[in-house]
Amino acid sequence: MTDFSYVRTEMLEERPAPTSQTGIVKWLRENLFSSVPNAILSIVALWAIYFTLSHLLPWVFQSSWTATSLKECRASIAAAHGEGTTGACWAVIRERYLQLIYGFYPADSYWRPNLAFIMMLVALAPVLFNSIPKKMMLFTALYPFIAFWLLWGGSIWLPLSVIAGFVLGYVALNVVSKASSELVGMIACAVVPILWFLFFAGPVADIMQGIIPISLESVESAKFGGFMLSILIGITGIAFSLPIGIVLALGRQSDLMIVKVICVGFIEFIRGVPLITLLFVASTLLNYFMPPGTNFDIILRVIIMVTLFASAYMAEVIRGGLAALPKGQYEGADSLGLDFWQATRLIIMPQALKISIPNIVSTFIGLFKDTTLVSIIGLLDPIGLSTNIRADQYWNGIIWELYGFIAVIFFVFCFAMSRYSMYLERKLQTGH
Amino acid sequence: MSAITDPVKGGFRPSMLLYDTRYRSMTIQIIALVGFLIAIGWLVSNTAQNLADLGKPLGFSFLWEPAGYDINQRLIEYNSQMTHARASLVGVLNTMLVAFLGCITATVIGVLVGVMRLSKNWLISRLMTIYIEGFRNVPVLLWILITMAIFIEVFPQPRDFRGEDAVASMSLFDSVALTNRGIYIPAPTWFAGSGAVIAVFLASIVGMVFFGKWARKRQEQTGEILPTFWIKLAIFFVPAILAYYILGKPIGLEYPELKGFNFKGGFYMRNSLIALWFALSLYTAAFIAETVRSGIQAVSKGQTEAAAALGLRQGRITSLVVLPQALRVIIPPMISQYLNLTKNSSLAIAVGYMDITGTLGGITLNQTGREMECLMILMAIYLAISLTISTVMNWYNDRVKLQER
Repeated sequence: MTDFSYVRTEMLEERPAPTSQTGIVKWLRENLFSSVPNAILSIVALWAIYFTLSHLLPWVFQSSWTATSLKECRASIAAAHGEGTTGACWAVIRERYLQLIYGFYPADSYWRPNLAFIMMLVALAPVLFNSIPKKMMLFTALYPFIAFWLLWGGSIWLPLSVIAGFVLGYVALNVVSKASSELVGMIACAVVPILWFLFFAGPVADIMQGIIPISLESVESAKFGGFMLSILIGITGIAFSLPIGIVLALGRQSDLMIVKVICVGFIEFIRGVPLITLLFVASTLLNYFMPPGTNFDIILRVIIMVTLFASAYMAEVIRGGLAALPKGQYEGADSLGLDFWQATRLIIMPQALKISIPNIVSTFIGLFKDTTLVSIIGLLDPIGLSTNIRADQYWNGIIWELYGFIAVIFFVFCFAMSRYSMYLERKLQTGH
Repeated sequence: MSAITDPVKGGFRPSMLLYDTRYRSMTIQIIALVGFLIAIGWLVSNTAQNLADLGKPLGFSFLWEPAGYDINQRLIEYNSQMTHARASLVGVLNTMLVAFLGCITATVIGVLVGVMRLSKNWLISRLMTIYIEGFRNVPVLLWILITMAIFIEVFPQPRDFRGEDAVASMSLFDSVALTNRGIYIPAPTWFAGSGAVIAVFLASIVGMVFFGKWARKRQEQTGEILPTFWIKLAIFFVPAILAYYILGKPIGLEYPELKGFNFKGGFYMRNSLIALWFALSLYTAAFIAETVRSGIQAVSKGQTEAAAALGLRQGRITSLVVLPQALRVIIPPMISQYLNLTKNSSLAIAVGYMDITGTLGGITLNQTGREMECLMILMAIYLAISLTISTVMNWYNDRVKLQER
């Protein structure tokens, strides 16, 4: 036996990977320059980024924050960065940001929309998170009245007497159903509040105001504006469109022919016309539909039309959720002997709504963006206000700073919400 | 849902209308119908009363009165002496023009961006993400206003083209003038014999379709693959160009020329049209890109791998395996994007483009004070356009849909 072997016994020293296969070089090769077309694309993209930033950044940073007019702004930029420099005049934002947020709302009452906004977050909490006790829903139900009172002001007894109407309806339902049949109870539940609203609510509110005067300084709708108005219209629209949308979606799915035709007609009509035509209806026609002599508030009219608009889209979103439920769920509910409303309330809706949450959020994003359309019918949302600010002789001709600011705020809101909806989608994903 | 009920004992009692499932649905429907009719009747009677009080009963005769306003972007002949109905027609055509142009560019940009977002190139895919998120999360009205502002700011005024030492000059061999009032492009002028060229061109398109069918049949029978793309391209161009030269160049171009303070001649696209078109295309393209991306990602990787295992090349895998399957996912949301674009074109009113909202719902409404009639017609027109688009696209969708049992 000879003692030489052909197999190496000791391990070779590990050598470093070639430079083209490690670190930044490898990353660049794989991600940016993997082939000739890719390399060309990368270079073009780099050039585009450089071009954009080299024009945008100086404009953003060689700017003026303190001035009272566009002229002064330009002079101070020219003084600071040399003649001929074009820079942003952020002073307009600094001077008018409160207006862009609150419109012409009285400055000493800014706490009211602020408080309403914070309370809105509290009211939304039990809807968004399961861990919050269900009793909080009572606050959520009361919130619209509180917000109305805070924002518009006036006597507290008006919203209270409206709440009283609903409470009366609930009491009537319970008392009468026990005394007589359930059917009579439901009729009473509908009739009593209507009678209350028609004949008693106003006088009772006046009398109570006479006895115990509690009121906030009332603010007329013409003073509402800015992002406050956008949020107000958006949130109210989506909140009221949800129940209407659910009813419409159920109607569209139902076997009852007439109900189905009415629902389909409504949904397709609203989805077939642009929102702006509905806003025209709000600004010019809606008063015609009401009994002669009624003349109600423009913001209220806009909210009504926006709600109708959103509810048609919401109905389609929820219909999608209903369609996505397996048929076994419906059959299971039937086999338990639940009637239609029980099955819908206990089995179908909770699941269908859960499936639709991401789409509900994207409908809300769409609606929130669409609130800018109210500027076309003359309401002072951020875009309407930007026109207003440009009409001021000191700020005549200022465009980019205002549009940029509004765009950034919208982007932050909508992007955050879309990320939230994606997060929800992932969280609710129960498939593989 | 059907329920089995016990056989009825005794006769019909009124309470059965409510508690018997056989009659209950009927009761509910009748109540719903009556409630609906009462509500409609209430609204109609209120409206009639209000309109009568204002002294303007419902009537459409105002449509045949002279409009008295000018429309500066139009596809058909129009002047201010013509009727409101004619003005509305100009508006409808303008809406369709911007919707048509917008849908095409939005699709092209959207598909490109959607594919590039899936690119392995890190830089490109990030850039596309920024574009998509940026456009999707800012209101379209703001984009339209921004585009319009950019347009007015960036392009030179027509007077800059004047004189010996003009600041600005026309692009593309002096044929296109980009000004901040709009874009002037050469318009075709038709001489005798131009009809023949067009006829030849149309015939070659028909021939192209037939050739495609024949080539496909031949491939199925013999297995030979012809270079159909190049042959089709030749059929598309060669006969028409030959006819054009043989007949002595019967189609000419009328170039825009600077006369006085503005350009004359050629085809004029107003700045508001361009701004609206760009903004709508870019905005909708961001949504289409997301649709395309999710459609491509919906095709499972096994399909690509199986096709590769069969020996297909990359291009054929994309065109024969991935795309047909992705299209089925892409088309339904694409339809709603087209509808959205058409409806968003009504925001033209913000930049002064005279579409149907600007004419019928804007100036005509304000001049005649006929809110009810104008808005009724306006909504009916939009409804008709939307329903037409969705019918056509649904028909197409049914054709490419997977045939299920």
